[in-house]
Amino acid sequence: MKRIYLDHAATTPIHPSVKDVMRDAMEESFGNPSSIHHFGRESRKRLDEARTTMAKSINGNYESIIFTSGGTEANNLAIFGAAYANQHKGNHIITTQIEHHAVLHPCEQLEKEGFDVTYLPVNENGLVDIMDVKKALRKDTILTTIMFVNNETGMKQPIQMIGNMMRSRGIIFHTDAVQAFGIESIDVNEMKIDLLTVSSHKIYGPKGVGFLYKRDEIELAQRLFGGEQERTWRSGTENTLAIEGFKKAVEVLQDERDKRNEHYQSLTNRLIHSLDEKSIDYHVNGDLSPEVHVPNIINLSFPGMDVEIFLTNLDLSGIAVSSGSACTAGAIDPSHVLRAMYGEDSPRLRNSIRFSFGKDNTEEEMEQVAERIQLIVNRLASKN
Amino acid sequence: MIYLDNSATTKPSPEVLKTFQSVSLNYFANPSSIHTMGGDVEKLFKKARKQIAELLNVSDQEVIFTSGGTESNNLAIKGIAHAHKNRGNHIITTQIEHPSVLQVCEQLENEGFEVTYLPVNQQGIISVDDLMKAHKEETILVTMMHINNEIGSIQPIEEVANYLSQFPKVTFHTDHVQGFGKIPLKYNADGLDLVTISGHKIHGLKGTGCLIKKRHINLEPLFQGGSQEISIRPGTENVAGIVSLAKAIRLAQEKQKNYSHVMLLRQRLFDELKNHKQITINSPQNGAAHIFNISIPGFKPEVLIHALGEKDIYVSTTSACSSKQNEPSHVVLACSNELNANSSLRVSMHIEQNEEDIDVFIKELNKIIKQYDNVMG
Repeated sequence: MKRIYLDHAATTPIHPSVKDVMRDAMEESFGNPSSIHHFGRESRKRLDEARTTMAKSINGNYESIIFTSGGTEANNLAIFGAAYANQHKGNHIITTQIEHHAVLHPCEQLEKEGFDVTYLPVNENGLVDIMDVKKALRKDTILTTIMFVNNETGMKQPIQMIGNMMRSRGIIFHTDAVQAFGIESIDVNEMKIDLLTVSSHKIYGPKGVGFLYKRDEIELAQRLFGGEQERTWRSGTENTLAIEGFKKAVEVLQDERDKRNEHYQSLTNRLIHSLDEKSIDYHVNGDLSPEVHVPNIINLSFPGMDVEIFLTNLDLSGIAVSSGSACTAGAIDPSHVLRAMYGEDSPRLRNSIRFSFGKDNTEEEMEQVAERIQLIVNRLASKN
Repeated sequence: MIYLDNSATTKPSPEVLKTFQSVSLNYFANPSSIHTMGGDVEKLFKKARKQIAELLNVSDQEVIFTSGGTESNNLAIKGIAHAHKNRGNHIITTQIEHPSVLQVCEQLENEGFEVTYLPVNQQGIISVDDLMKAHKEETILVTMMHINNEIGSIQPIEEVANYLSQFPKVTFHTDHVQGFGKIPLKYNADGLDLVTISGHKIHGLKGTGCLIKKRHINLEPLFQGGSQEISIRPGTENVAGIVSLAKAIRLAQEKQKNYSHVMLLRQRLFDELKNHKQITINSPQNGAAHIFNISIPGFKPEVLIHALGEKDIYVSTTSACSSKQNEPSHVVLACSNELNANSSLRVSMHIEQNEEDIDVFIKELNKIIKQYDNVMG
């Protein structure tokens, strides 16, 4: 049985070109970029080049890129950093109910510390209403943090409109673009984004590295203290090898993005088509229109199924997918994203599966997935 | 090439690189995913944690993986200060800590904590009496580095741990980044609560490290997010980095037996340079063997570094983390004087450093000093 990996929103394998670049870098460059001798300067040069690549990929300035240990650290730096540095201006923060935990938990912590946080609701399609954003604005609002693409449903928030609204009011706008960066072309100037989070291991790069884009004018409070790396925004010897791999992953992405997106769309279409063909009962959580949805993540509800049993059976049949929610000690917590979309009592919270596609998945695999789902659904249904 | 800047960073060992590569490619899934592929990665990841715990003689739950030494130091110090601020607001450290300790302490001072910076003697060593005198009712944390990164002085960590073990209210953290693999500590000692270890100083990879945190110690996380690392350190685990760290730790412990060889090299440096009229040795005779610090007053260290670089010999000024500042070394200043602090040069060896490397360094250094003397004289 050939395993089919459809959990690319959790993490992606390393791209072969990234592997090659990292292997060469391992042999050629190990110096500490802060050292002033030859080995240090060689590492510094590579680091500078990577920073240029990152900046160009989102149309930001070279100085605006802060390398971190990944998406979680970048989100934390953005949210705590912006809140603490601007608390003299106000203590109100706007976010949504469907953010990743690396955004929600910092917001909850800030609430404990006396900040006031508005968690915007979403509609049944998982979208924030721009009018709700507007209504939430207050005189003391200092930060709005709204994710670009939701990691469980693939729904895209109206980032451009939110950006325009925040910039015109002088409110800092952060977006967690971890799931968006591999799919959408992002222009931080055009979209009026002040802070933006990107992670390497979701775009075929290595784990343990990411970056935070910080527009030059934005003040952040320092979080990690020590050396002067990353212009003191992020102390600690730079993870040069991973950054080298991340750089290659971004370069390859830029060459392949359009092609990959077309491929993801055809995978989505094929999976949906195959499920329909087999008359399998399912609902889409969200809306698959390309204006509001990325092509590589779909979240489907299978009425009558129990997510834990369903996932176990899918895994046994060689299909690696997820329920889209963080797993804690083996138990699956109902998704906070689906709860925000459908309410606490919706059966969708207990019967939904996230499929997230990668560049190496094939349409044939989608048919096999539909076939294996059909077998499982029939088997489980007959037991009830 | 003669690389004598191993306290800034070391060359990763081929075995570590091989491990990193193989795990990156073959075990790429997210260990938090509940499917079999995630489960396989989680198993491997747990095995690495268990291996490290066994090597350090601590329990599995006491190993917290981080992105490196700076993060471990920040997590330990800020984590304890913020978690226990209701118990007291006094912290004790030393004047010669790494910037990732000193700057955190300064930040905590800005937040209202009181910090005592213990002085050191000419050998760069604190006095335990001074520590006892500084210790008071409000003290919640003592953070003291094991081996100093600039001059190699060794603090009496086990003695301090022993003293502090009588005071359960005081947490004891040590920055062990330069000591690991050279001068081991008794990691399970009573009173030693938090220990920082970095991968890239022991021929592991940058971006890897851990914090040993004893079970009874509670600290506030630096980041909030998923429930990885018992929520103390959320974020998708850098599994390949972590497994490679286990390898680096094992190799470093195996190679520790070569330390006596490094002591011989260090003795040679002492013997050859101690009578040189222009050279002052800043490292104490009884310091760690792999770090050797000298001052050549009248010579800008940058000039010497570049002149040695021309000969394919690589040394550094102070620590890499502060070498951009062009400030005098705060460490040399604490145990010597400004003249020496402005002109200090660090030679740092790895555990398998070649004898010949040291001979060539001594020869070339003498030559360069003579050359410049002639030019300037």
